[in-house]
Amino acid sequence: MEKLHSEEDLEKRANDIRKDIIKMLLAAGSGHSAGPLGMTDVFTALYFNIMNHKPDEPDWEDRDRLFLSAGHIVPVRYATMAHAGYFPKSKLKTLRQFGSDLQGHPERVKMPSLESTSGPLGEGLAQAAGYALAARMDQKRFRVYCVTSDGEHDAGNHWEAVLFAGKNKLSNLTAFVDRNNIQINGHTEEVMPLEPLEDKYRSFNWHTLHIDGHNMREIIDSVNHARAVYEKPTVVICHTVPGKGVSFMENMVEWHGKPPNKEQANQALHELRTLGGKIMSEHE
Amino acid sequence: MSLNKDSKLNKKMFVRGVEQIATRDGFGNGLVKAGELSEKVVALCADLADSTRVNWFRDKFPDRYVEIGVAEQLLATVAAGMANYGKVPFIASYAAFSPGRNWEQIRTTACLNDVPVKIAGCHAGISVGPDGATHQPLEDIATMRAMPNMVVVYPCDSVEAEKATVAISDNGSPSYIRLAREKTPVMTTQETPFEIGKAEVFWEQKDPQVAIIGAGPLLHEAMKAAYRLSKKSNIPSIVINNHTIKPIDEQAIVKAAKLAGCVVTVEEHQVNGGLGGAVSEVLAKNFPVPIEFIGVQDRFGQSGKPKELYTEYGLTAADIISAVKRVIKRKTS
Repeated sequence: MEKLHSEEDLEKRANDIRKDIIKMLLAAGSGHSAGPLGMTDVFTALYFNIMNHKPDEPDWEDRDRLFLSAGHIVPVRYATMAHAGYFPKSKLKTLRQFGSDLQGHPERVKMPSLESTSGPLGEGLAQAAGYALAARMDQKRFRVYCVTSDGEHDAGNHWEAVLFAGKNKLSNLTAFVDRNNIQINGHTEEVMPLEPLEDKYRSFNWHTLHIDGHNMREIIDSVNHARAVYEKPTVVICHTVPGKGVSFMENMVEWHGKPPNKEQANQALHELRTLGGKIMSEHE
Repeated sequence: MSLNKDSKLNKKMFVRGVEQIATRDGFGNGLVKAGELSEKVVALCADLADSTRVNWFRDKFPDRYVEIGVAEQLLATVAAGMANYGKVPFIASYAAFSPGRNWEQIRTTACLNDVPVKIAGCHAGISVGPDGATHQPLEDIATMRAMPNMVVVYPCDSVEAEKATVAISDNGSPSYIRLAREKTPVMTTQETPFEIGKAEVFWEQKDPQVAIIGAGPLLHEAMKAAYRLSKKSNIPSIVINNHTIKPIDEQAIVKAAKLAGCVVTVEEHQVNGGLGGAVSEVLAKNFPVPIEFIGVQDRFGQSGKPKELYTEYGLTAADIISAVKRVIKRKTS
């Protein structure tokens, strides 16, 4: 598909995707707000710049694969995929509704372009690593990406996968950590401290990077950097603001797992439009 | 003797010196065969390559073997990723740990995701013996057969285990094969028919008074029971090898119940939710008859020799004969 190259275009697109996330969560009446808004910039960069993929040919053999381990933030993936042309945007309103293939947590059987089924935390990186290993056995050239949350780093299965990918030098695998420092029971460093997270990965034989997860240039540069690392898998720790773009959601733990009501959605959309407007006015 | 001729069974199965081979050996051979048949077949093991016999595959196909370490959740999820890609991964460990420890991973990443991960649960049942209760999984049939998309196979001997392994390598579904550590009598031959989902009549007499439905190596006790019932008590019976617990052969079970009017199920597993449970579900729905359950009665295992444990837990031919007499009484009362 046609890629967006300028940061400005990518940022505008991310803003539009954020609006759709708010609208779909309002329509669904349940779901997670903070994570999807926090990872919108990473998903926009992945689908509109980084990944080789063909929305009109979702099973294209040489496509890059994206595993979403933190299945609960799938609204951002649905919204981004709709913008990329995988399905009509009108479908976004069916999120979490009976009969929709936009399940509350992603299901590959219902929508193969999701690549995997996830939701129970700590399992995605291992699947991505298995996939990357199988692809390497067959000398495939595509890359495997995996988006994880910081909260799921509490799970043993995740660290087993970190060990495994390090052992097997899976350089075709790049993992992103949504380092937003919140999880359901509070701040990650209170629930189960993860720091020094980058040191942990490094000691497990990974190449590590940390970036501003809202800076398009840094997101794209990190992936290009990872492509040049041949002996190790790379983790990109993306420092993000949960609820990014909506003032009353930003950094608020209580927005992890709930959708906005009508009034809150209107306010959120207004703020996001204003943000869009600002970008416009700066360039006028 | 009333061995079903069509089943082409080992005629020496009742002889004292009957050949004995562990079902895990049949699995090991079957896995190599499956590997020869398809390059997609890969094997993953959680630090138990020798005792699960995956080392036979590893030595033949080193590039298609993945060492996982003592991490059964990783075992299941890496395999799910490989199956998603297009490989046919067999994951081998002790059943106490896989599917014992990684049930949710199997549910989400293999079954709900509907990718063909093949789970080989070795050292299943109390016949593991001296290792004791921690290493004697007795709940795995129940936990595996409750999941949509999963196929559950429990071969009765090493020859059948080999055929079952090859069969599940090509069935496109998540599958569980239950295997035992101990050497057990070889009851079948290469000519014995084997088809996933199709139960086989092993023992067949006219006007049977009871149908004994079993799976796994304990089926040999069921065959001995049928033989003795016929010789000493003049009770004709039929014995069914119900090797596929899911999808279960409803037709064969209902037919047997109609013919005999009562059923005894035989398994080395908890009576709750195992083969007996599966048979009961079929019969309660289609043709209710009295049923007695030979199996572990809601207890954990313990250390001991397999024979001692079979006696302690009521899993011998003598126990099956008692159950047959009880169930026949219930039928006529």
